[in-house]
Amino acid sequence: MDLQTLTYIVVGATFALYIGIAIWARAGSTQEFYVAGGGVSPLANGMATAADWMSAASFISMAGLISFMGYDGSVYLMGWTGGYVLLALCLAPYLRKFGKFTVPDFIGDRYYSQTARTVAVICAILISFTYVAGQMRGVGVVFSRFLEVDITTGVIIGMAVVFFYAVLGGMKGITYTQVAQYCVLIFAYMVPAVFISIMITGHVLPQTGLGATLLDGSGLHLLERLDGLSAELGFAAYTEGTKSTADIFAITAALMVGTAGLPHVIVRFFTVPRVKDARISAGWALIFISILYTTAPAIGAFARYNMIDTINGPDAQGTLVAEAPTWIKNWEKTGLIKHEDKNGDGRMFYSGDERNEMTIDRDIMVLANPEIAQLPDWVIALVAAGGIAAALSTAAGLLLVISTSISHDLLKRNLMPNITDKQELLAARGAAAVAIVIAGYLGINPPGFVAEVVAFAFGLAAASFFPAIILGIFYKKMNKEGAIAGMLAGIIFTVGYILYFKGIFITPFAENKPENWLFGISPEGIGTVGMAVNFVVAYAVSKFTKEVPQDVQDIVEQIRFPKGAGEAQSH
Amino acid sequence: MAFQSNELAKAYWRENVSLMLKLLAVWFAVSFAAGILFVDQLNMVQFFGFKLGFWFAQQGSIYTFVLLIFIYVIKMNALDRKYDVHED
Repeated sequence: MDLQTLTYIVVGATFALYIGIAIWARAGSTQEFYVAGGGVSPLANGMATAADWMSAASFISMAGLISFMGYDGSVYLMGWTGGYVLLALCLAPYLRKFGKFTVPDFIGDRYYSQTARTVAVICAILISFTYVAGQMRGVGVVFSRFLEVDITTGVIIGMAVVFFYAVLGGMKGITYTQVAQYCVLIFAYMVPAVFISIMITGHVLPQTGLGATLLDGSGLHLLERLDGLSAELGFAAYTEGTKSTADIFAITAALMVGTAGLPHVIVRFFTVPRVKDARISAGWALIFISILYTTAPAIGAFARYNMIDTINGPDAQGTLVAEAPTWIKNWEKTGLIKHEDKNGDGRMFYSGDERNEMTIDRDIMVLANPEIAQLPDWVIALVAAGGIAAALSTAAGLLLVISTSISHDLLKRNLMPNITDKQELLAARGAAAVAIVIAGYLGINPPGFVAEVVAFAFGLAAASFFPAIILGIFYKKMNKEGAIAGMLAGIIFTVGYILYFKGIFITPFAENKPENWLFGISPEGIGTVGMAVNFVVAYAVSKFTKEVPQDVQDIVEQIRFPKGAGEAQSH
Repeated sequence: MAFQSNELAKAYWRENVSLMLKLLAVWFAVSFAAGILFVDQLNMVQFFGFKLGFWFAQQGSIYTFVLLIFIYVIKMNALDRKYDVHED
């Protein structure tokens, strides 16, 4: 059986599984978990949160970026896990006690203002949209490889699939479907990692294989060998990287704080039965996420080692084009790998200096990894299914946030209170369609690699929501004027900075290079500065405006201890 | 009011915030300090085939994060009982 048929079968089987569970869960739902007030255990909720959270950026893009960035890739590893500590310690239990379903609801009530609520809705749309734009590229990469079409066609097919998935939408929000998605995703991620770890180092655990000695008889550790290869080929040392300390610090902080401010993640902690469960759910979620996140750097290093080995050959003279490994031939069809024989010797060569003849898109590494290591076809098919599960679940969830925010929060509650339910639904679908088209355009003309674009979304969340929520819980005197001014200042500053250097839809004003950056901080890390701006503006404005009403201060007192937490309520 | 007195409410909140700050100090130490600010110094040390700073940045910080959340959960549950503000 050829690879393509096998991929259809595996992807089809996983979809059948998700749909089957959705039907089964729905049948049991009326008596069991809706009536019982969402009696989903924190363990299952943690697994579902992990599936919701780990998108194309985590699954497809991150290990590939680490593979090319080495130490610099640590920003994603620490950033996207460290945020859960903030979430568990500083936000989740208090937001759960507050008892509202969405972040704009919390902001609107805590800051006793419809304007604050509207600003929060707009921020949520902006954040979710940037996030989706990153996902579309990831979806496109998967489809283009396995349908053997170029990347543009891949993105367009992906757009269609995501649209139907989101609009039909019944699967989203059913916890047990997401538990199944997590299982598929993590199995698909771990199998090739374990195989390759055994092949290269003899270690079963990729986490220890990363630090182990190579089996090639050289007696060198894998990381030593990669540092050596980097030096020979003119790259920066694998374990050191090239980014400045200030930039690494800022990007990590933006991703951590952004995690704690992402609307679709926070929501998961509103709906657990008790405050206690909100705390422990974050812990379980992080355990399940950590399995993937501690494996990713190993995959990155293995992929780097194998890739250089197969392109440059064991003697480091380059492999003859006629004898190119199949993974290169397969990926050349997508246009994501290109070879240009500059010195005309009929061989391929990959390096970081003028000898380089290869253009390799970083987003393909996780998908190409099992092919590079010549693992059996069923493993490759499994990775495709995992990638599609990761990308679809997150993209569909975010599209629902966007469409309901626009139709319900903006139109129904603000601009056009008189529209009928039918018109509201129509507006929701229309909003989803428009969002997909714009996201698809950005998927075809990406402003960066998947994980980088997703990092912008986190920067926006860090600059807008995080300070407003933290101050809302820990600083009783923060008033509506301060919170609104802070959110606006933070998000406008951050969006402005990203557009200034990246110029999405417009021409950038300045070249995106370290010399031009503010404090040496790249657009990916600027959310950290945006967050500081938000805090300072909010504090200053609150000092010069009216004090917070007493009843709101009393509410803040009430959310600081668990006793008496009721069911979460929608507006 | 769930607390017997205002003083008790303040004491509970103080203990809560102090626990949170201690754990956040560890959170900062393993990621921003060990993995970023002092990574070059720690990289002089070898640790099971890793440079230590690199290990913190790509492995150690993540394991610590998981531990921190579970310590927080256990300590907070105990604190809730001590002040009798736990849920049933």
